[in-house]
Amino acid sequence: MAGSQATGTLWVLLAGLVVMFVAPLVVETYTLTLLVIYAMLALSLGLIWGFGGILCFGQTAFFGLGAYTYAIMAINIGESTVPALLGILVPALFAAALGAMMFYGRLSDVYLGVVTLVVTLIFFKFMNSTAGPEYQIGAARLGGFNGIPGFQTLNVPGDPRAYIYDRSLYYVCFLALLIVYVLVRLLLASPFGRIAVAIRENERRVELMGYDARLQKALLFTVGGAIAGLAGTLYASWAEIVTPGMFSLGQSAEIIIWCIVGGLGTLVGPMLGAVLLGYLKFRLGQQSAIDNSLILGLILVVVVLALPRGVLPSLMALWERRRRRLSMRAPRRRGRRPEASDV
Amino acid sequence: MDFATVVILDILYSIAVLVLISAGLAVVFGMMRVINLAHGEFMMLGGYATIVSVNAGINIWVAMLVVAPLVVGLVGLAVERLVIRFLYGRLVDTMLATWGLSLFFIGAASMIFGNTTTGISTPVAGFALGAYQINGYNLFIILVATALLVAVYAVLRGTRLGLVARGTMQRPDMASALGYSADRVYMTTFFAGSALAGLAGGVLAPLVGLVPTWGTAYIAKAFITVISGGASVIVGLLSGSVLFGLVSQAFTILFTPVVGEVALLVAAVILLRLLPEGITGRFFRGRL
Repeated sequence: MAGSQATGTLWVLLAGLVVMFVAPLVVETYTLTLLVIYAMLALSLGLIWGFGGILCFGQTAFFGLGAYTYAIMAINIGESTVPALLGILVPALFAAALGAMMFYGRLSDVYLGVVTLVVTLIFFKFMNSTAGPEYQIGAARLGGFNGIPGFQTLNVPGDPRAYIYDRSLYYVCFLALLIVYVLVRLLLASPFGRIAVAIRENERRVELMGYDARLQKALLFTVGGAIAGLAGTLYASWAEIVTPGMFSLGQSAEIIIWCIVGGLGTLVGPMLGAVLLGYLKFRLGQQSAIDNSLILGLILVVVVLALPRGVLPSLMALWERRRRRLSMRAPRRRGRRPEASDV
Repeated sequence: MDFATVVILDILYSIAVLVLISAGLAVVFGMMRVINLAHGEFMMLGGYATIVSVNAGINIWVAMLVVAPLVVGLVGLAVERLVIRFLYGRLVDTMLATWGLSLFFIGAASMIFGNTTTGISTPVAGFALGAYQINGYNLFIILVATALLVAVYAVLRGTRLGLVARGTMQRPDMASALGYSADRVYMTTFFAGSALAGLAGGVLAPLVGLVPTWGTAYIAKAFITVISGGASVIVGLLSGSVLFGLVSQAFTILFTPVVGEVALLVAAVILLRLLPEGITGRFFRGRL
């Protein structure tokens, strides 16, 4: 089992590397970079929801927090290495605090959803109201509805004038995504990951076996927050502006749609969902005949009704069934061949 | 003295708005354990129904109190038949599907009505109280909210329909054994919940400039009020609304409206941390 997972990861990595070099030939890198960042955001929710069973309605809280942290610190420091690290660390710490509060309070499904949603809304409302000059952190003004523009974007560590932008930013983001993917795979293969999945399946049983489900869930939630924070940091560097819109409900909804369409319980599914739907949204944004959210909403409804497990797992199940049927038919054609179970 | 009256009216008004926007959600959640995240869009549709019919020459009171609930109730009926009925008992899936519906309705409304603001004027004149100007329409909203609570209570408690509905929610199998179609009861309940959302949208429409995304401003508040109130329809709705109305209005008066909104949200997080089952999960257990 562990062996097949390792080969699976390797295949995904190889495919990812191929895509990384082929994709810029088809789509411009500016759009691609955003899609890669979306994929990382989807990965963060795909991890905590698909493997930990924690449905977080406010993954954008960490995404936005990462971006804001990066922007504020970049203005104050003027070099991107420390801000980028803080852009991961601050959301992670915040996720740890929020997770500890929720999971040690034994909140579950709907209530968890409400709290995460509300926290995101608080950020959204607060950031929108920070237009005045009194809202200032160091040299950075929070800027309210207009957000924070004009901060130092990512640069080669140690050299503030060697900006990483355009094509090189794309490669940095894609490599970061692949690294995060491998790290998450390793995490899931570790005892910690196995326990997280076990908690998703049956929390009480895991607790009776002596594990502290509250701690495990809070830690997993923290990892998800860190990944979303990294995505936010990269996003800030890509967009060169951060706005309160990053905390909006619409953005939260989109992440959930990517995960559910792509398929829960896989890591590749949410990433593919993010890339495909993100690209669809981009294309839909270029025409005005049909409204964007009408299509996205319709997709979400149809997938929940028809493919509740998501597209990728459904395809995999279909393929598995087909293969089994073929391998069952095969011996009949060739006459007597030992059954698989005999070997 | 005048100031005290104004403050009390303000607080009553903000409680009444919470009752109004949460009632439909409370009926659907309290009775059927379905969370309708398209609730805000149902309100938005109610608002548009009102404005369109007023512009078509229908009396504004009829438009608000009859047309809007009816139109949105029918939309809700269609939604229940096409989507929700396949998802009963799957809480998270209903939330996701209705979120999809919410996006769908926003998109549809932007295509039909455009992204521009439309509005009608309020039909009630204001009046002066000492040195303060009181908005007469606020009193009307308090009145509607009160009537709504009484009506829902009366229907659930006093009529055969309410009895059957409550019975079906408790034991669907027993209700069908007695000859009541659970399917039809669910359908009716969802119709009622949607109609209440339409009513809220219709009544609030004259106060705001209506845009397709208007509903999203309310869904979170309604959602929080209902969940914090807990499973009892009336008591939960009322206790949630009173608590959050008080908190948000108090902070609005002391600081700014934004602080009031944030205080409401923070109060919700603290409350859920302390009472994960909502207010009626701990107090008033088993009441209606």
